[in-house]
Amino acid sequence: MAIQKAPVDAVIVGLGWSGSIMGMELTDAGLNVLALERGADRTHEDFAYPKPADELAYGYRHKMMQKPKQSAVTIRRGLDERALPQRKLGAFLPGDGVGGAGAHWTGVLIRPTPTDLALKSFADENFEPGVLQEDMQIQDFGVSWDELEPHFTFFEKVCGQSGTTGNLNGEIQEGGDPFEGPRSEPYPLPALQDTQNTVMFDKAARQLGYHPFPNPSANVSRAWTNPYGMQLGPCNYCGFCSKYGCLNYSKASPQTCILDALKRRSNFEYRTHANVTRVELAPDGKTATGVTYVDGDGNEVFQPADIVVLASYSLNNVRLMLNSKIGKPYDPISRTGVVGRNYAYQVGGGISMYFDDIEFNPFATAGATGRMFNDFSPGNFDSAKHGFIGGAKMHSSQATGTPISMPLPKNTPKWGVGYKEALQKHYGHHMKLSMTGSVMSYRTNMLDLDPTWKDPYGMPLLRMTFDWKENEQKLSMFMRDRLREIADILKPDYRDESFQLEGSHFKVTSYVSTHNVGGAVMGTDPSTSAVNRYLQSWDVHNVFVPSGSAFPQNFQANPTDLIGALTYWCAKKIREDYLKNPGPLMSA
Amino acid sequence: MSSRIQNRQRRDFIRGSLTMIPAITLGSGVTLTAQAAEQAPALSDYSPLFFNDDEWAFILAACDRLIPSQGNGPGALEAHVPVFIDRQLDGDYGHATDWYMEGPFVAGSPDLGFQYPYTPREVYQRGIALTQRWCQQTHGASFDALDAQTRDQVLSDLEKGNIDFAAMDEEWLPAADFFSGLLQNTHEGYFADPIYGGNRHMGPWKMVGFPGARGSFRDWVDQHDVEYPLGPVSLSGERG
Repeated sequence: MAIQKAPVDAVIVGLGWSGSIMGMELTDAGLNVLALERGADRTHEDFAYPKPADELAYGYRHKMMQKPKQSAVTIRRGLDERALPQRKLGAFLPGDGVGGAGAHWTGVLIRPTPTDLALKSFADENFEPGVLQEDMQIQDFGVSWDELEPHFTFFEKVCGQSGTTGNLNGEIQEGGDPFEGPRSEPYPLPALQDTQNTVMFDKAARQLGYHPFPNPSANVSRAWTNPYGMQLGPCNYCGFCSKYGCLNYSKASPQTCILDALKRRSNFEYRTHANVTRVELAPDGKTATGVTYVDGDGNEVFQPADIVVLASYSLNNVRLMLNSKIGKPYDPISRTGVVGRNYAYQVGGGISMYFDDIEFNPFATAGATGRMFNDFSPGNFDSAKHGFIGGAKMHSSQATGTPISMPLPKNTPKWGVGYKEALQKHYGHHMKLSMTGSVMSYRTNMLDLDPTWKDPYGMPLLRMTFDWKENEQKLSMFMRDRLREIADILKPDYRDESFQLEGSHFKVTSYVSTHNVGGAVMGTDPSTSAVNRYLQSWDVHNVFVPSGSAFPQNFQANPTDLIGALTYWCAKKIREDYLKNPGPLMSA
Repeated sequence: MSSRIQNRQRRDFIRGSLTMIPAITLGSGVTLTAQAAEQAPALSDYSPLFFNDDEWAFILAACDRLIPSQGNGPGALEAHVPVFIDRQLDGDYGHATDWYMEGPFVAGSPDLGFQYPYTPREVYQRGIALTQRWCQQTHGASFDALDAQTRDQVLSDLEKGNIDFAAMDEEWLPAADFFSGLLQNTHEGYFADPIYGGNRHMGPWKMVGFPGARGSFRDWVDQHDVEYPLGPVSLSGERG
């Protein structure tokens, strides 16, 4: 018999960025809000100097990440392969605990482009039939740039976004990204300082006619007080950022930007070690009555609520919907159903360059330190000619100089005297040219429930079916050739490269990206989207899913800015319309 | 030991450091309150928490070849990498506390990650025992009794999977997996903060020029292509 708690107006599953934003917005609207977080609490004590400066604990033992023991994912590369559990973390690193991935992220806070939000329309206008893969299932987001722009602007103020403005109300600004969508306001703060690699990259990229600009950063360049009164201190370039909590109150996170303000509100409460196993539905299946969770003592608890917000990591939101029977599960054979459809990812690749006589001091860096250019995002070049759709963020970033993860040339011995000599020769003499590429959605890249393996609560694990497709392999080859041209200008003493080219398959054993998106995508057609354009479940109207799971395919930029903006967009609709008249916000 | 003595040791250590480097500046508000690390005991004095005597002899002999002492900088033994590995196997990592270890266990593509029921402790126990058996059968001696060149060959054969554990009735563990775990843990022990038992006196950090847990480079980030002059600081406040 489950313990029954007193009802709340809204329950939020997961206290990362989306959950914190929703907490703020819904308490603002006067609701009693409860957030349930399955991991531990994390406060400034956890991030006090020098605790985060520990590569083993955070970089290798994944102290801030989800534990596969609690929720593994099973993975296969195609419908015919047997999926197997990812028993330890590898290709992606979802966050765990209060703050979620927002506590350990790198802090690259960049918007998608207006084209990225309407990619299907772009494809229909610019690609002849037959150019794109037949099994591609790309869609528009169903929300426009103009609708989201105020929410990007606000979220970027919450984060103290640092960078150089490229397009202010349609006016192109020197030094910024001329391809960015028009911003209504400049970046809140100036860009981070340059490092040796950014200067070299910038020069070579300009020589080739590209338009480099500083990586948009949520590691703040100056002291900043955000709209909630939360204060961030200027980044001190400590070199422990991606995978680490910030030791200096400089990286935007739910902790540094929202939670201390939110926790002061009497109509907000949060519980940790509260692992939500399912959303409970009314007998007619049209509304949720609350959620069931298992508390830290192993008790099953029912939490009644009028509104349920799934603000967990994208993969877990999809799993909760499947385990709760919210929406029709996707079937890749009949191409019907929506939950689990259009799982997408991001494709990386790069050229490692070694310069014997240049000191890069890679430890003196912010997580987001780098330069990028957007000349190869959709609409800015003719990719149809090369047989693919999508684009890539081309960049030289320098996230850290921690030594266990030190890059070495591929031909270096892995052990022995030669290894030791290589450590001394190459440490601090490396810079990287990278592409971060979009990944389209396809019939067989999807999520469903695993038929075999279960979590400690007896719930089926999520099964991921994903592989690299021809479109992304062609994109990777095109971008590789562009990066090679930059490397040719910079003339390293030694270089090697890694790209997902023809014949490559997804490997779960080494890190790829934690930009897992899709699976509960947003849209305007209930036959191809799990949530409507306001992130509301088509089927269960008091369930909202503001998350990366809403992306119908992935673009080349980092996802957090859009996730933040979509959450504010969703919250606005709840506040302005849903609370007055609870029901479907769009007709099916 | 009295705090007075510890403080004296710490002062001596810092004085020694200051002769090497021009200044130590830390970001404002940053204080290092921890004591400098005790002089670590010699490796021969260390009593393993996890490994038995035979396993310990193997680990010492293997680490000695994975990062040898010859040349500049410490080898894995001077850096106390075996202590690191032993402590890791005694803790959560060794017990696979965070990993998904539920059955069934089904073999599949290596690209889907390991699929056997062994924790790192079990991987080491089985891997060492099998390797020792193979060395006895092939060379008539245990691994740690072999000369350096032969040990290198054995390690290389493990790495390449040339030693066939399956032929020795091991159901799950490939030799290459045992080797890659050992190598990864060796790299970790060499470069992880000294609080974990390896990276003794930050010798490996000094060797490559990594400044450790200093955590503030606001005054340095714009010094492009200039070698950073200061030695490392560890989590416990040791300075090198």
